[in-house]
Amino acid sequence: MKILIGMTLAVFVAHAQVTFERIRHAEREPGNWLTYSGDYSAHRYSALDQITPQNVKNLRPLWVHQIDALDKAETTPLVVDGVMYVTESPSNVVALDTRTGRPMWSFLRAVPKDIRICCGQVNRGVALLGDSVFVGTVDAHLIALDRKTGSVRWDVTVADYKTGHAITAAPLAVKDKIVVGIAGGEFGIRGFVDAYDAHTGKQAWRFWTVPAKGEPGVETWAGDSWKTGSATTWVTGSYDPDLNVIYWGTGNPGPDWNGDVRAGDNLYSDCLVALDADTGKLKWHFQFTPHDVFDLDSTEVPVLFDGMFQGRARKLVLFANRNAFYYVLDRETGKFLHGRPYAKQTWARQLDDSGRPVRVPGMEPTEEGLKIYPHPAGGTNWYSPSYSPKNNLFYVAARESGGLYFKGEADYKPGAEFNGGGMRNLPGDPGFGAIRALEPTTGELRWQYELFSPPWAGVISTAGGLVFGGCDEGYFFALDSATGKPLWRFQTGGKIVSNPISYLSEGKQRVAIAAGHAIYVFALEQ
Amino acid sequence: MPASLTLAFLPLLLPLWLFQAEPTFEIPKRNPYTSAADVERGARLFRTNCGVCHGPAGTGGRGANLAQARLRRAPDDQALFLVIRQGIPGTEMPPGWWVLDDHEMWQVAAYVRSLGRVAPEDIHGDAQAGSRLFRTAGCIGCHQVALEGGRVGPSLTGIGLRRGVSYLRAVLLDPASSLPEEFLQVEAVTADGKRITGIRLNEDTWSIQLRDLSDHLLSFWKEDLASLEKQPGRSPMPSYRGRLSDQELDHVVAYLISLK
Repeated sequence: MKILIGMTLAVFVAHAQVTFERIRHAEREPGNWLTYSGDYSAHRYSALDQITPQNVKNLRPLWVHQIDALDKAETTPLVVDGVMYVTESPSNVVALDTRTGRPMWSFLRAVPKDIRICCGQVNRGVALLGDSVFVGTVDAHLIALDRKTGSVRWDVTVADYKTGHAITAAPLAVKDKIVVGIAGGEFGIRGFVDAYDAHTGKQAWRFWTVPAKGEPGVETWAGDSWKTGSATTWVTGSYDPDLNVIYWGTGNPGPDWNGDVRAGDNLYSDCLVALDADTGKLKWHFQFTPHDVFDLDSTEVPVLFDGMFQGRARKLVLFANRNAFYYVLDRETGKFLHGRPYAKQTWARQLDDSGRPVRVPGMEPTEEGLKIYPHPAGGTNWYSPSYSPKNNLFYVAARESGGLYFKGEADYKPGAEFNGGGMRNLPGDPGFGAIRALEPTTGELRWQYELFSPPWAGVISTAGGLVFGGCDEGYFFALDSATGKPLWRFQTGGKIVSNPISYLSEGKQRVAIAAGHAIYVFALEQ
Repeated sequence: MPASLTLAFLPLLLPLWLFQAEPTFEIPKRNPYTSAADVERGARLFRTNCGVCHGPAGTGGRGANLAQARLRRAPDDQALFLVIRQGIPGTEMPPGWWVLDDHEMWQVAAYVRSLGRVAPEDIHGDAQAGSRLFRTAGCIGCHQVALEGGRVGPSLTGIGLRRGVSYLRAVLLDPASSLPEEFLQVEAVTADGKRITGIRLNEDTWSIQLRDLSDHLLSFWKEDLASLEKQPGRSPMPSYRGRLSDQELDHVVAYLISLK
């Protein structure tokens, strides 16, 4: 009888729609993981507290889902009502039963052979809304799938993949729209953020991240260089439902390492842009690295945080930027409030009162190559930070390494790489990594846990008092979120290039991560 | 619709990239463009298109080090051209044909081949005498040639393809002057005071694997060690200055150069 009731309940729950209100109040259902960063504020925090510093030593793999693709698994799984939605390279989606790991359906997307993509045919996850699952593809389509069957509801072309456009980011479902960013920053595309009607796939708005002739900001690009200005949007942003504003990071200006052909600040490259969620109109922007010549995309996750700043309650946005500085901005106005380095950097003396970096003269790529910190992969990168309200700490997986920066020729050809130079790792000096806990409004270091290599995996913090992270050498690990003390680790056998999540299955807390070419789910041993 | 008619329409329906992806002509076995001007143009194309991963001088980075005489995936010119043209599926190496025409890709190939070439130098010694010395002066205790020899030092199989006379002579006199990038000597002290010197095989945040000087494979959790010292720039190999005469050094170098 008990089983029967359980089954009925399972069937009932699986039919519930993923409404905007559910995502908006994701904190009410910590057993699910409804959107890329866990909630619209992008805290990547789980309110689940069954796994604690005391019992995490009993955490064991529960099941593993092997991915039949050789490219990196960068996906953040989403979980709703007993089903986990995972993307696989190049642009496939699989629905897994969270209890057993067994696939319920899969959507296999055939993509052309001549995809132009800088860094692997990867995908970082889906969005859920209503009865649909939304996925972007490496050939720059946005596709809506039936959540129960995986069949295609609609399929729209966002841009032409032959000119280097691709979608790798998880879309963001906001109200009745699906917001999506574009990749192609190494191909001289003109970047944008798009929104589509979730029901029909009709484009609702587009915000161009590079202004065209006649628009404000185009004067920050010499000549026609705006046409190949890049400023891509390849990492999922966050959203404030009260202000109805979307916050989205933008990438490097094109060409990456040769700024001679694009004199000026190059707006809105390397920015955080605040967009009206209904219209896509720009509310404000803040540029972290004006006239970037280091490939320091600001495509990190903006973390929304309400807190006291200098004695006043404020709506803030916290941003650990690839340029090695940590920023606190007012998210109503975009005003710079505070910034300081969280990793080694040698390209800027400091930030001035407006948050603009004061550059170190001569610190730029040269034909012979110049050693500059951070490495072009940054002080951090696209993978997610986390904010824990339990500990009031901001956690970031930091990279401590330098690089040799080279300047080269930059001839634009549609669909060809448009780098204007290149980079090398420092010979014999691979650097190291660290999970760092920062005080959110000052960026002061509270603790750190050093890692052997600069990491490519994000973190999650939990109400149980843990921070989970991953490293290049395949370990998935847990630290005490208050002290950074290492408490548990598991060798997954593959490099971890993804973000962890946590959810409930059968009333028990699970932790999941993509590692190597597989999804691992962990549970406490009974 | 009759089957023959369907087939007739097929080429029109297939996307263009299907045809572009596979070369439609016969690829020469040898690179037809190898003049100095070709290599120079290839170098420029390489810096713009390949240098981002392989390093501007081809010595590696995110992509492989190409400055070697033998490329695993490209044993001959035709194979090298195909790697450049088609890329390597399942890796981040993209097809070159999106960006370059065939002539340009051959020029890049010519440049890549030029990277692995060691400038010819005069060889003074006698390789046969060197081979005997290699086996009596201690070298073989640590270095493998084919399947013979120890494993503490780097394998010298094929070393004549990768290194020149003056380099090898300098390293025999001052071994630590040029250690391979991945080569690291470490000294570990166990909790019970045992001191182990070895060469690092692998390492992560929590563990280290090494080969000690007696060829034992060892693995430690770092938390179990009393200390772990990394000794960059140090090598267990002794200098052969004074151990071998000038002439004997020439013999050993001649032998190493003969290993191709």
